[in-house]
Amino acid sequence: MALIAACGAPAYAGVLADDRADVLYHRYEGGGVTIDGPSILVRKKFGERFAATANYYVDMVSSASIDVELTASPYEEERTQRSLGFEFLNGKVTYSAGFINSEESDFKSNTAYFSISQDMFGDLTTISLTYKRGWDDVFRNVRQADGSLTRDPGFAESADRRGYSVGLTQVLTRSLIMAVQYEVLTDEGFLNSPYRSVRYIDPESASGYSFEPEVYPHTRTSNAASVRMKYFLPYRAALEGQYRFFTDTWGIDAHTAEVAYTHPVGERWIFDGKLRYYRQNAADFYRDLFPRRGFANFLARDKELATFTSYTVGVGASYEFRVSRLPWVQKSTVNLRYDYLLIDYDDFRDARLTDPANGVPAGSEPLYELDANVIQLFLSVWF
Amino acid sequence: MRTSRVRIAMSLLALGVAACGPIEPWVKPYERENLADPIMAFDRNPVSTAYLDHVYEAREGARGAVGSAGGGCGCN
Amino acid sequence: MKHRTAGLAVRTLLTCLLALPALAASTNGPAPDFKLAARGGGEISLSQYRGQVVMINFWATWCGPCRQEMPLLESIYKKYGKMGFVLLGVNVEPDPSAAEEWLKQTPVSFPILYDTDSKVSKLYKVTGMPSSVFIDRQGRLRVLHRGYKPGDENEYLNQIRALIREK
Repeated sequence: MALIAACGAPAYAGVLADDRADVLYHRYEGGGVTIDGPSILVRKKFGERFAATANYYVDMVSSASIDVELTASPYEEERTQRSLGFEFLNGKVTYSAGFINSEESDFKSNTAYFSISQDMFGDLTTISLTYKRGWDDVFRNVRQADGSLTRDPGFAESADRRGYSVGLTQVLTRSLIMAVQYEVLTDEGFLNSPYRSVRYIDPESASGYSFEPEVYPHTRTSNAASVRMKYFLPYRAALEGQYRFFTDTWGIDAHTAEVAYTHPVGERWIFDGKLRYYRQNAADFYRDLFPRRGFANFLARDKELATFTSYTVGVGASYEFRVSRLPWVQKSTVNLRYDYLLIDYDDFRDARLTDPANGVPAGSEPLYELDANVIQLFLSVWF
Repeated sequence: MRTSRVRIAMSLLALGVAACGPIEPWVKPYERENLADPIMAFDRNPVSTAYLDHVYEAREGARGAVGSAGGGCGCN
Repeated sequence: MKHRTAGLAVRTLLTCLLALPALAASTNGPAPDFKLAARGGGEISLSQYRGQVVMINFWATWCGPCRQEMPLLESIYKKYGKMGFVLLGVNVEPDPSAAEEWLKQTPVSFPILYDTDSKVSKLYKVTGMPSSVFIDRQGRLRVLHRGYKPGDENEYLNQIRALIREK
């Protein structure tokens, strides 16, 4: 930190990114869940050294997911996220700070971050350090007799989050750039869901199992390291590859690998293709079916913590057009992206299909598989 | 005791940087036309990237180490 | 005592490492001569302008501050071009077609030269984009200005006026 501050007597200066505004419509459909909504981003420079970015994002959730179907009833929910960030460029150093607020009827989250980034070594190297701090408030909604949802006044929990990350971007050749990043995240407090349950073998139950509330540890520390590289192909296209390794104190190890290809056609079209592979093993305290009630100190059946492999295939198209009637618009694009996501669970079973009378006792249900369509349609304007 | 260790570490770091001193940047500022091309940006559409990152983080156990800064034209 | 000397050593080392040349550096040696293909045909060499004040601006279409600077350079050239001053825009891209395309949208009247194999960029040790070099009537390299931010055009005007006033 002191070394970077010492470099702060600027002889040269960098540049901040251009002004832009983006309006996005996003839609996720899969696993009985539909979530759609807008995301609006505006970025503006003030002078050459100061910039501000604001984002307004909404998730409108209509959920009849496997978890919901099993233990609750379908619900609708809306989550609104607002964020504001600032950048200050001083010579070769960029200071950034920002705030993100997310709210829904039973969950409130606030995050603040601060980051320093420095270009060095003939602008071939960029080093950045980021610190972030988050505060979450967890509530619980209860369904009333008339079908409405109201907040349970007796339930209010919280969680604190801290994150530290260091990143290095390095120009390797005229056509090859690499970025590595390492991030540590620490959570403390109420880290599970007030609605979710685990199931255990119960011979007295008709289905062969019963539910009890999930119990999570009060802390979670995770480490993630990633490397990504982007190569400029001589006929004008870009090929990118990235890999991330993740490990945490809950026993989850995960590998993420992604390959993306960008191909411009003519002066107006840009096409993207992407393949993503993700694999994780389950948390130590995760089980699809516990042998008895109160089996361990910590109990989880959240499929997010299960052993699974996820595959994504994505394609995108971007079209650039001029708006002659608005001369202050330098460039504008309309974009469409489609991603197909498939998650194959190794130890999460579809408990809606338990049928002991017909040869499907608890614990032998078929493994769950989730597939989803993710669509994005957005307009970007540079001014 | 702690301060002297910090200073020793800083001196070593400075020496390390000095040792790299004689190495000239091997991509000159006037050779950055490929890197400055918009298709070479790691994050060409921040709204879209942020959204997809959120889709994955909400469904997967892993989080962190996504997003990077730097590259581009290296101007000024 | 030992801590203070260590601290001083670290600070001196850091200052030496980070004592980069100033934004506008002064020099006094002869400006290296060169000959490059010019836009519109033919070739232009630096020596043909001996006796005039010359400003060489190294630019590229992919460089934002370079593009921002061009219309201002055009107005500087229009004002002083008849007073023994010439502005040479050296485009550093390997393929001149990008510059040709851009200049159709934003035309300039000063000479544009194509340094497609970077030989002049190397010759003048260009360390940033854009870079501007000021050469006096005797062909001496006087000032090296690295980068562009709004307001730098006033510095350019000061340099040019000072060099024009010299005998």
